[in-house]
Amino acid sequence: MNRELKRVVYVIVAMFVALFISSSTIQVITADSLASDPRNVRAVYDSYKTQRGAILVAGNPIAESVHSDDNFHYARTYSSEIYSAVTGFFSFFQGATGMESSMNSYLTGKSSSQFFEQVNALLSGNPLTGASVELTIDPKVQQVAWDALGKLQGAVVAIDPSTGKILAMVSKPGYDANALATHDGTSSAAAYAKLLADKNSPLVNKAISGTLYAPGSVFKIVVASAAFESGQYTPDSTLPNPPKYKLPGTNTWITNSGEGKCGGQPTVSIATALMLSCNIPFAQLGVLLGQDAIRAQAQKYGFGRSVDIPLHSTPSTYPTGMDDSQTALSSFGQFDDRVTPLQIAMISATVANAGVEMKPNLVSNVQSANLASLWSPQPEQYANPISAQTASWLKQMMINAVAHGVSSNGAIPGVTVAGKTGTAQNGTSAPYTLWFTGFAPAEKPRVAVAVVIENGGGIGQAGRGNSLAAPVARKVMEAVLGK
Amino acid sequence: MSVTTNTIALDIRRLSRVIPRNRNIELALLAFAFGINAYELAQIQLSTIQIYNADILTYWLPITLGALAIHLVLRWRASEADALMLPAVVLLNGLGIAEIYRLDLARLANHSTDLFAGKQIVWSCVAMAAAIAVIVFVPTHLFLRRYVYISMFIGLALLISPMLPVIGKTINGAHLWLAIGSLTFQPGELAKIALTVFFAGYLVTRRDSLAVVGRRFLGVQLPRARELGPILAIWAISLLVLVGERDLGTSLLYFGLFLVMIYVATGRPIYVVVGLGLFLTSAVVAARLMTYVSGRVDAWLNPFDSAHYDAIGGSYQLVQGIFGLAHGSVLGSGLGGGVPQLVPLAESDFIIASLGEELGLVGMFAILAIYLLIIARGARIAFQHSDDFSKLLAIGLSFVIALQSFIVIGGVTRVVPLTGLTTPFLAAGGSSLLANWIIVGLLLRISNTSGTHVEVEE
Repeated sequence: MNRELKRVVYVIVAMFVALFISSSTIQVITADSLASDPRNVRAVYDSYKTQRGAILVAGNPIAESVHSDDNFHYARTYSSEIYSAVTGFFSFFQGATGMESSMNSYLTGKSSSQFFEQVNALLSGNPLTGASVELTIDPKVQQVAWDALGKLQGAVVAIDPSTGKILAMVSKPGYDANALATHDGTSSAAAYAKLLADKNSPLVNKAISGTLYAPGSVFKIVVASAAFESGQYTPDSTLPNPPKYKLPGTNTWITNSGEGKCGGQPTVSIATALMLSCNIPFAQLGVLLGQDAIRAQAQKYGFGRSVDIPLHSTPSTYPTGMDDSQTALSSFGQFDDRVTPLQIAMISATVANAGVEMKPNLVSNVQSANLASLWSPQPEQYANPISAQTASWLKQMMINAVAHGVSSNGAIPGVTVAGKTGTAQNGTSAPYTLWFTGFAPAEKPRVAVAVVIENGGGIGQAGRGNSLAAPVARKVMEAVLGK
Repeated sequence: MSVTTNTIALDIRRLSRVIPRNRNIELALLAFAFGINAYELAQIQLSTIQIYNADILTYWLPITLGALAIHLVLRWRASEADALMLPAVVLLNGLGIAEIYRLDLARLANHSTDLFAGKQIVWSCVAMAAAIAVIVFVPTHLFLRRYVYISMFIGLALLISPMLPVIGKTINGAHLWLAIGSLTFQPGELAKIALTVFFAGYLVTRRDSLAVVGRRFLGVQLPRARELGPILAIWAISLLVLVGERDLGTSLLYFGLFLVMIYVATGRPIYVVVGLGLFLTSAVVAARLMTYVSGRVDAWLNPFDSAHYDAIGGSYQLVQGIFGLAHGSVLGSGLGGGVPQLVPLAESDFIIASLGEELGLVGMFAILAIYLLIIARGARIAFQHSDDFSKLLAIGLSFVIALQSFIVIGGVTRVVPLTGLTTPFLAAGGSSLLANWIIVGLLLRISNTSGTHVEVEE
């Protein structure tokens, strides 16, 4: 009979092995995906049990949890609307966005680096306290960027080119995160519905996401990069300079913007074309280079890739499968080119940093409740999209664009500013998208900036990048340089 | 070898040995279990109400005293009984009470007065008293052999009673309860003991004829047609339970128990093959014909489907339990730190999900390991006994704990469809506690003779 007993024991062991496997599967292997199921409210409940860490800028909280007397124990409060794009919101009813979402595991104390604190809390029964997150944002620059945009809609990103630290990130219109974080479900839902219905998309961080923008002439930096990197062109290489240009294979004619002469000579150098932001030479250059070369260069800069700063950015895109006429349009930032202000700022920062692209980053330090530093990201090279020679040529061309060209409103007295404007069309009658990107001081860059203004700045097709976006960028750069 | 020699040998040993070694090991392990139980309650109070109060004593002292009483009775009446089983069971019972108390605190915070921990304490005491009665009044392991057919009638009566009008009661769609006044009882829990006794006695007497080789068919030796009678009868009863009480788990429990016992008794795997075939066929047919079975199966296969999730009696409970387990992850939220109260029936059918949420995978493994320990000690008793009735009884009682744990925990973790059985020793519920403590009493009683016997043989 013992032989049979032994076999029964094997069966019992097999049954329990099945239970060991099933519980491991649920509790470890699929735990993360189960936690993100919208029907699972535990993560949200959880986050209110611990004192969530603060989000700090220069030592001052821009989002913090304070004691409240209701069932939630803690209320989340936000200092100012100017940070809404960065912090996002944290709401019992609406979930979390922005840094509140990206840094959630640190803020709640659940990250793997807080393992020993978790064990400690577990054994003592004391609630866990979240870590605080210190940002790289410079509050002065952030405020200037916010004020400079004024009533305009759009976004500003300012980066330290040598480290990738993000000094300012503004998206307009912003919103009051306190209205969403309230513990009154009805009023939170009402505020959320109102923000969601707003056609100016206040809940979207336009600096890194949303529907993205046509880059217009700022994309010429990418095309010029591709030309120089091919080894077949220098800034002095010339291109035909007709007053109007028929798109290959079509009957559509394009012109340069403004009076459209682009120097008025039969040929024009790439340097001059960028300085005066002429479309026709770049359209021809794009066709000569081919869409594949431009796309490859764009991808080296980061197109097609999302970067976590640790906010998750939407990848910028350069179209595929174009014919020559479409390639021509795409070469001055039209057709289906779509970019984030972050990507454009990264391109300027790369030019500023001698061709080395640093990984953009918003976090300067994560500190646990017992003051231990859990994570302080070090500057990290993201890519090396262009050579130092190419960077140096582009820098000189962008300096000229501000000093002598059509990007003149980026100029700061006493400082060499490099820059490029853009004025992108969105169909025949829609208002333009206005751009400025650049860096300063050109000799030893401390800030690279990208400014986008939506909806023509409210003045239809009369707005230009140089008239509306460049002054905003100038003020932001001045703020960094202490002017 | 006769019963008398055994008893005499036992008496000599008892006299000649001043210190019963097993009992001292048991006492040390019990002290450990008491400490763990107290720690659990303390941690719950600290993390939920942030103060310690006398409730810790209320929920700790009764089972501590009860366990000590069993320990003393064992010293007196069965000093060579297994030393590990009692502490392991006390650990589970205490953990169950702690978690039920923790869920009570959550209910109190919601101004609900529907509490369970107090009742669980009372039932634990009743169940432990029953275990003591078994140890004291069942004089030898062979005593129960006299009551084989009485056991059968008791077992069948208990099994069928919930289907009767007036006293039968339907809770959560299953007809598993008896209600007398406000007291509800699940007689099926006690039926499993009576039926195990019956199976053991019946199979011991009939094992030779059951094991006779019949005709060979396609290289397989079939049992003789007339020997299929009992298996068909048990199959019919389990079908009756399935249809009449609307519970797949109970039906599977009895049928699985019988198959294992007939296999151990006869050594003929063909019974298992035929039996499983019969059971699976009837389960598939039932899944086609009976909506509550098909509903359970669908909810098991696609619980996250919103059609099943939102359906009444659908997969909501299962999915919420899985969310709880997932939330527990490796270390768990700590006792009192999770939100197990989100799951319906968190204190009874889903107590394992509650514990998995708060103790994590680590705690889950520990609980499974304690079950395995209890079952392994039961199997060991079966191995060591030379008497076939005791062997069958011990493996039957151990297997019933194993299979029931598997069906419940497997139901919560999606190994098998969810059914209405209780988690032994952990879940809130008097009948389950009573039945399982009686099983412990029986196993302890049988083990007392098994250990001695081995030494007598030497």
